[in-house]
Formats: sequence, C-alpha cells, structure tokens
Amino acid sequence: MEKYETHTHDVIVIGAGGAGLRAAIEASAEGASVGLVCKSLLGKAHTVMAEGGVAAALANVDTKDDWKVHFHDTMHGGKMLNNWRMAELHAQEAPDRVKELEHWGALFDRTKDGKIMQRAFGGHTWKRLAHVGDRTGLEMIRTLQDKGIHSGMDVYMECTITHLIKDGERISGAFGYWRESGRFVLFKTKAVIIATGGIGKAYKVTSNSWEYTGDGQALAYEAGADLIDMEFVQFHPTGMVWPPSVRGILVTEAVRGEGGLLTNRNGERFMEKYDPERMELSTRDVVARSIYTEVMEGRGSPHGGAYLDISHRGAEYVKKKLPSMYHQFMEFAEIDITKEPMEVFPTTHYMMGGVRVDADTAGSTVPGLFAAGEAAGGMHGANRLGGNSLSDLLVFGRRAGLGAAQYANELRDNTLKIDDVELEKAAHEMTRPFENAEGENPYTVHQALQDAMGAYIGVFRTKEKISDGIEEIQVLKDRASQLRIEGSRMFNPGWHLCKDLKSMLIVSEAIARCALQREESRGAHSRVDFPKYDNEKWGNVNSVISKDNGAMKLGTSPLPQMPEELRKIVEGGHK
Amino acid sequence: MAVVKMRVYRGDSNGGAEKEYEVPLEEGMVVLDAIHFIQANYDGDLAVRWNCKAAKCGSCSAEINGMPKLTCKTRLDTLPLDKPVTVYPVKTFPIIKDLVTDVSWNYMVRKMIPPFTPARDMKRVMYQEDVERCQEFRKCIECFLCQDVCHILRNHDKKNEFFGPRMFIKIAELEMHPLDTLDRKEFLRSQAGLGYCNITKCCTEVCPEHIHITDNAIIPLKERVADTYFDPLQWLLDKFKGSPNQ
Repeated sequence: MEKYETHTHDVIVIGAGGAGLRAAIEASAEGASVGLVCKSLLGKAHTVMAEGGVAAALANVDTKDDWKVHFHDTMHGGKMLNNWRMAELHAQEAPDRVKELEHWGALFDRTKDGKIMQRAFGGHTWKRLAHVGDRTGLEMIRTLQDKGIHSGMDVYMECTITHLIKDGERISGAFGYWRESGRFVLFKTKAVIIATGGIGKAYKVTSNSWEYTGDGQALAYEAGADLIDMEFVQFHPTGMVWPPSVRGILVTEAVRGEGGLLTNRNGERFMEKYDPERMELSTRDVVARSIYTEVMEGRGSPHGGAYLDISHRGAEYVKKKLPSMYHQFMEFAEIDITKEPMEVFPTTHYMMGGVRVDADTAGSTVPGLFAAGEAAGGMHGANRLGGNSLSDLLVFGRRAGLGAAQYANELRDNTLKIDDVELEKAAHEMTRPFENAEGENPYTVHQALQDAMGAYIGVFRTKEKISDGIEEIQVLKDRASQLRIEGSRMFNPGWHLCKDLKSMLIVSEAIARCALQREESRGAHSRVDFPKYDNEKWGNVNSVISKDNGAMKLGTSPLPQMPEELRKIVEGGHK
Repeated sequence: MAVVKMRVYRGDSNGGAEKEYEVPLEEGMVVLDAIHFIQANYDGDLAVRWNCKAAKCGSCSAEINGMPKLTCKTRLDTLPLDKPVTVYPVKTFPIIKDLVTDVSWNYMVRKMIPPFTPARDMKRVMYQEDVERCQEFRKCIECFLCQDVCHILRNHDKKNEFFGPRMFIKIAELEMHPLDTLDRKEFLRSQAGLGYCNITKCCTEVCPEHIHITDNAIIPLKERVADTYFDPLQWLLDKFKGSPNQ
C-alpha cells in the first residue's frame, strides 16, 4: 500500500459545523486530545447558512415561556415520534447553551431592556428564537470557531473521511484523504463523533450546500450502527423559485415570523384552509404541503410557487430584521422585497432521521461511535420546528463531546488495533475509479439520483412511486460501481464526488425503504395512499435501518416510554 | 440558446494557462453555475471551492474579468458577454490547483489575535446601540477578497508584518466589544502592522457584505493607536498619571 500519514487522538470529530465544533470544544475541555476533521475550510460548514434563530426558552420577550412549553411544542411538532429524553434535555439545556455563546463573544440582537431578543417561529407557542437579524448561524459558527481554535484542538481542514476502522466491535480509527493532494491519512483514535450534517444533496432542489451528502449516516451504517426515522426528510416550505440558478435556496422562516403573508395567484391567504389557527406560523410540514397543493391545483405564481409578502412591514424594518433576504432577492432575482412579494416553493432542507443515539451520552450502538446534530436521529421525531436545530447542535454537540471524552478517558491507553488489510481495501476502493478504462461520469449519475429522489420520494409519496424509486436506486448503485475519473488525485472534484455519491446512495436507499414501510402520514412523511395517522400501528415505533450481511436490513423498534410527568406536560394545557 | 465563452485558468504551482469553454446561458445564471457546467460536461477535475452558493459562506472567491468577486454572486448578465469571461484564482495567495488557492496563512494569523476575554463577573445587559457597531464586523464571511485586493499583501507581499483588512475588522470587533477587557493596541501596532495601511479603501470596495472596513474599523483603530502612542499631550498626561503604556 502507498505511504500514508498517521495522526493519533483520543477523539476524532468529523464535521466542523455547530455540532462538531461544540463537541470538539467540550471534549477538549475534558482533557481529551481532539482532532477536528472537516471537508471544507473551517467556518464554511452548513451552519453558516442557518438564518432565523436558535430556540431556547429564555423568556426574555414572552415571560411565560419555560422549558416545559418548549418540550411540549417540540413533541407536538415532531408528532410525538421524538425521543422524549432528547426533547427533554434539549428544552432544559438550550437556554444555558445560548447564554454560554454570549460568554464566548456572540452578540445577539437585544430587547429594549438589554436582554437577548427573541422572535416568533412556526410551532413555537412563545417568542423563543434568539437571533442576529437573519444570520444567526454565521454568528454561532464564528463564536464556536473563535472559541475552538483557542481550545487546544487540532483542526484538519479539507480532509474527507471515507472509512471508519474497528478493532473487533470498537472504533479504532478513521481513514480518509486530503482533498488538496489526494493523499491518504489515518487517524488512530479511541472515539469518533459524527457531526456531518444532512443529506440534502441527494435531491436536486435543496437549500443545502455541497457537503450535505449523508457521509456520517453512511459511515455509521457501514460501521454497523443503527439509523432511525430516515423517512422523515423535511421540505422547508419556502425556497426560492426563480431564477433557475437559485432554485431551492432558503428563504428564512423569519420572514413569516416577522409577519410575512402567504397568498396564491388569486390573492387568497390559503393557509386559512389548512391551519386557520396558526396560519403562516403553522409547522413546516403543514405549510410545505399547503404551498405544494396550491401550486399543483393550478393556483401558483407565474414561476410555480406561492407569494410570500413582507412589504407591509416597511422598508426600514425589513432591511433591519431581514437584511440577507433583502440582498439575496435584490441581487439574485432583482426583486425588492420591501416593495413586492417573493415567490417560494418547498425545498429539501433537513433530515430528521439519522444515527440512533443514547440521549444522555450521544453514543451510537457501536462502542466508541457517537453522533450529534443533524446526523443523529430521534430529537425531532417526524418534523423539526424551526430554530430547534441550532439549539440541538449546542445541546447534543456538548453532550457528544462529554460522552466521547469520558469513553476515551476510561479506555486509558490506546491499545486498539488497526487492521492493515482493511486499510488497503479502503484505499483501493478509493483509487479504483482511476483504474477503470471505461465507466460513467459521476456527475451524470449524481444528477440521475437527484432527479429520482425528487420524482419518487418527494413531498407526497405513494407505494408505487417509492417502489419505482427503490428500483431506480438499485440501477444507480450499479452505475456508481463503474465510475471513471479523469485527471490526477490532486484537488479533483469529480473524484471527490465518487465517494460522496456512495454515501448519498446509501442514505437514499434508507429513505426510500423507510418511506415504503411506514404506511401512514405523519409529519414530513406524507403518503397519498395512507393520508391519515395510524397511531395504533405506527404511533409508537421508529423505523430502523442496519447493515446485515452486506445488505440493508429494515425493521422497527418501539419508542422509548415517556415518564408520566412528561406525558402530562405533553397532553396538558401548555400555557 | 445563447452561449457564453468562459476562459478559466487551469494549472497548479508549476504553471498553467487559460482554457476556453462554451456554456449555455440561462436566466439569472452566475459564474459558479458556469463552472459547475464545465465540471459536469467537460472537465470533471476542474478545481473550485464552494459551499452554500448563496453568498453566505465566502468560499468561492476568484478574479472575474480581473476583479476579485464571489463567483456565486456574480451574475453573467452583469458582465460584457460579447467577449469571453475570464476566471482566475485570487492572486495574493499561492495557487494549489485551478481556482483553488492556499489561504491557510489567514487561519494562522487569525489564531495569533488575542481572543475575546470577558470579565470574570461578566454582565449580561447590553443594549442594541452597544452591539450594533460590532455586529457590522461580525457579518464578515471570510471570503478574503479584501486580503486579495489589499496592495500591501498583493503587491508588496508583507505577510510577515501585516495581517490585512480581514484581521483588522476581527480585531476591531474585539476591541469594540462591550464585554471584552483586553487592550490590543500594542499588538495592532507592533505585530499586526496596522501602520502599513494607507487607507486606499480597496478592501471596502470589494467586500460582498458591504462592511465599511476602512471607515468603521481601520480608521478608528488607527486613531486609538495614534492617541496612545503618538499624541504628545497624552504622552505628557500619562507620564504624570503613570499609565501602563509608558
């Protein structure tokens, strides 16, 4: 085997968005030697694009808010499929995590009396989202980045992990390549934290960046961990529609939080039909289906969307509270949102499912493997509330850092072995596309996958469509096993895509199989052939994906039982 | 369908040349779309950095028709299309391959800046007017276009003595942070090389976030340094008061 570089750490964190950075900071604080590995430059992860805010019951604006109401809202938003313990920890710990950011230098917008400002968002009973205009994610990632680089961790930028290595049942290493040179690198480690984010690039119309290719879910699956709830893909109701270049780019929910109105081509506020009580601030699953239905039934805008109007709030207010939306529409679409409405349509945004973890430690079913943030499943159930992902990153990023550091510390000396044969196999899998004399262009196969996922496993699903989708994915898997690459291994995006494509195919198959299995509609999973909740059969189970003898195994497992006092909060009056 | 001619720099540290591609023009198309089209249809190994494609991450900086810009934010219909559009890597940093350059120097010097240091009993009450000045600097997406265009880095390559505009707004943000307790004036003067800046405002002009780098960050920092180190009156006063700066 060719020469490769080796680094040794107690904990390797894969992914440097909010969850990864927060995990790395915590593990470092626990005395672990931490390596933070990311596909891009530091500070460019998808968290940077989060806009509306971070949900935490600080009760700065609506003083009646507390963790119980936040817990209640999260469980209802998730249609009761959430892991109750995760939802509980999240609601209880989010306020401290937000205040901690302030201690590390974050500057949130302020209330008149000098506290952190909070805004309304869909599904949240009270004004709960701490924010900085509409660039909250940037504020968060910069704060964590500044804290992180002075916390003693080593940062390995532009490095892709392709394989996790195990010694028996335990994680012992992570193998990958430098994007710049294409050379291989091995990280010997006692624990790995997966914080790789989502899967949006399996779809064509998405708000996600190129990095969101399901790497973490696929690595965990290959290493033998369970994935849960993979059928629950959140379609954000408001993505840009026009021009084609920006189709899918996010229009923050803060537009609706600040009073934005949705109308169809006839000028009707159609949310009256779908959720008259909450209207535009209904949950994302409901608003996405409503816009989709309006357009499919012929009441869409000229470019096939709904109108979203914020101009009535006045130019000064809009520019102050939604500055990046103002610039985004002005520069990309030549639309002045202080004067005219936007056109919006659902866009693939967030994966509720992911690696099955223990709520308290973020440990997966594989010893030494942890997961946090979007890559982990359970916290958000069948539908995530806006603002709950940034708080999720902080709460469970910290817990994963703690959990992994404690696990690593208990192992004391690193006597774990790395199997050379396994490394050689991993390396050969990576170099094979250069050896193929004939084969397909990875970009072509990727586009075909994106088309298939949009067409077969989108907002509304049927048995026939999903089955066709699964068949198509099998064909694409064959095509992806025969790819051919031009050029050298030096910064070669076509080559990088080969591995990303493998990850996307694994998560796409998992999404499709879970979607076919769940014969009901719940949250983001809408089956036209099973349009209602089926609480008896599906209300108390998670879908579970695992690897069994090289094939994808599908099953269910019962939801963890919620204690009585929490059940009372969920069922009782929440105000 | 209308076609755009793109001339993209292909090469690495050993040299390279422009390569011409024809790309079909779609409404609203940006330069990065054209680069993606080239990757998918002509040269899969064309190297470019990008992430969000929404002007929020600052990854895709390049020099388009000689101007430092974000490729994701530069619409082709704003450029003269009767001649080819040229796309080159940013000039100030060493090339790795094609449009990708080695910007690690920025990460290295950034780590040298003394970090945010609040008082032990940090108060939490801050008013909007207290935070607004720093919020402007915290909009920075670290695209390093200001570093690229700054002649002290670009033409004089003073990387050992001068941190550049991006780092000055970072320091300004810390210096003006209502809760920070450190004094970075000596650092600014002796290590970050603030004195080299002769306020030509090139950085402000290329900032995609429209941050007033020169007026709101660099000039106030220069004034603070000058007041402390070069004001004779202040020097006399400090001498009598026994200021730690003397």
